Amino acid sequence: MKPPVFEYCDPTTVEEAVDCLAERGEAAKVLAGGQSLLPLLNLRLARPDCLVDINRLDELDYLHEEAGWLRVGARVRQRRVEESEEVARRVPLLAEAVRYVGHPQIRNRGTVCGSLAHADPAAELPGVAVALGARLLVRSRLGTREIPAEQFFTGQLTTALRPDELLVEAQFPVFPAGWGWAFVEVTNRHGDYALCGVAAGVYVEDRRVRDVRLAYVGAGPTPVRLREVELAAVEDFRVAGEEARARLSPDGDLHASAEFRRHLAAVLTGRALRRAFERATGGEPHA
Amino acid sequence: MREPTRTVQLLVNGRTHTVTVPVRKTLADTLREDLGLTGTHLGCEQGVCGACTVLLDGQPVRSCLLLAVQAAGHEVTTVEALGTPDRLHPLQQAFWEHHGLQCGFCTPGILISLVAFLRERPSPTREEIREALAGNLCRCTGYQNIVRAAEAAAAWMREPGR
Repeated sequence: MKPPVFEYCDPTTVEEAVDCLAERGEAAKVLAGGQSLLPLLNLRLARPDCLVDINRLDELDYLHEEAGWLRVGARVRQRRVEESEEVARRVPLLAEAVRYVGHPQIRNRGTVCGSLAHADPAAELPGVAVALGARLLVRSRLGTREIPAEQFFTGQLTTALRPDELLVEAQFPVFPAGWGWAFVEVTNRHGDYALCGVAAGVYVEDRRVRDVRLAYVGAGPTPVRLREVELAAVEDFRVAGEEARARLSPDGDLHASAEFRRHLAAVLTGRALRRAFERATGGEPHA
Repeated sequence: MREPTRTVQLLVNGRTHTVTVPVRKTLADTLREDLGLTGTHLGCEQGVCGACTVLLDGQPVRSCLLLAVQAAGHEVTTVEALGTPDRLHPLQQAFWEHHGLQCGFCTPGILISLVAFLRERPSPTREEIREALAGNLCRCTGYQNIVRAAEAAAAWMREPGR
């Protein structure tokens, strides 16, 4: 058997789940879709004493809009988000990005919240969360707290979640009128983690760009949002790309050098902004 | 640590099996070792190659990334349920006729992925078939014939009366 020995609990209520986590602390690991955790267990790169499986928490299987926010419960699979007309209409950036996560076979199990909690620096959904200013709702025995996405990702594979906390819900703001969106990335093979990816939102009024949101994945230990690049993009998309190239400091690895990643960031910035602009204006190309 | 085990009922290919397994045992290993269903193959065991793909409640998933205990209460379908040597599933027949397999190691996962895909998209384009197969690696690199076989099977399965 590939995975190391662990104890297994599969609670049926969130209350039981957070009790498990409170009792076990650092020794426990939450199992959601398992599409990142199971490979780590099979490779024995992770050796938790206890798995807390949240797949039986039916109360976290919801996906709906409320007061301008799309609420995604922790049991919601990526495939459901991909196929949801409501998501496509209300948070189209999330709908576009989720298709880049692995393959259908992975998305059938993988969850949105699991991808956020795993916090792979090249993963798509953390980039969407940071670009949109998503809110993460976490629960422990002590209560519930809300963490803004920009404070949630603290390092490579590391989040602000405490060991006794469970990420129960991600909230994405509904796109207001006038905003366009785009998620673009470059990978070696379809379904791979991004060498570099960009999540973009562009607000256009009277054919002029008024506001921009940009987040980069694969370009640092966490998704990166740079206000300077966003401000530059309001004036000039190409200059924004050059700003991104100058300000990002990605690591190089055997898949791509740091220099190549910075190059991709510059090119993808322009590509994402132009596509977002076209969508904001109903097909008009950016001058 | 003592090895924790659990006794679960698994519904596989329409039959209920009661097995006692270590909780850390993957569904893939359980199918092969406890139920003798060795049609499900294990390549990478980290979710990349797709050889171990099975249907869970009708949807393709990696059985190497699922614990056997997690499959309790769900319906599992493996390649053994597709056809018999005397009466091949249209996909199996098409793979046979179009030389859609060389060593055959990746084939069970590809067949299972395609069964689910063609149910959702009975008339796919070649491009869509290629994308549907992106999560299944063939180390013989026999992709051209796999795509041809998938096209032929789709056409056959669309015929009236089938």
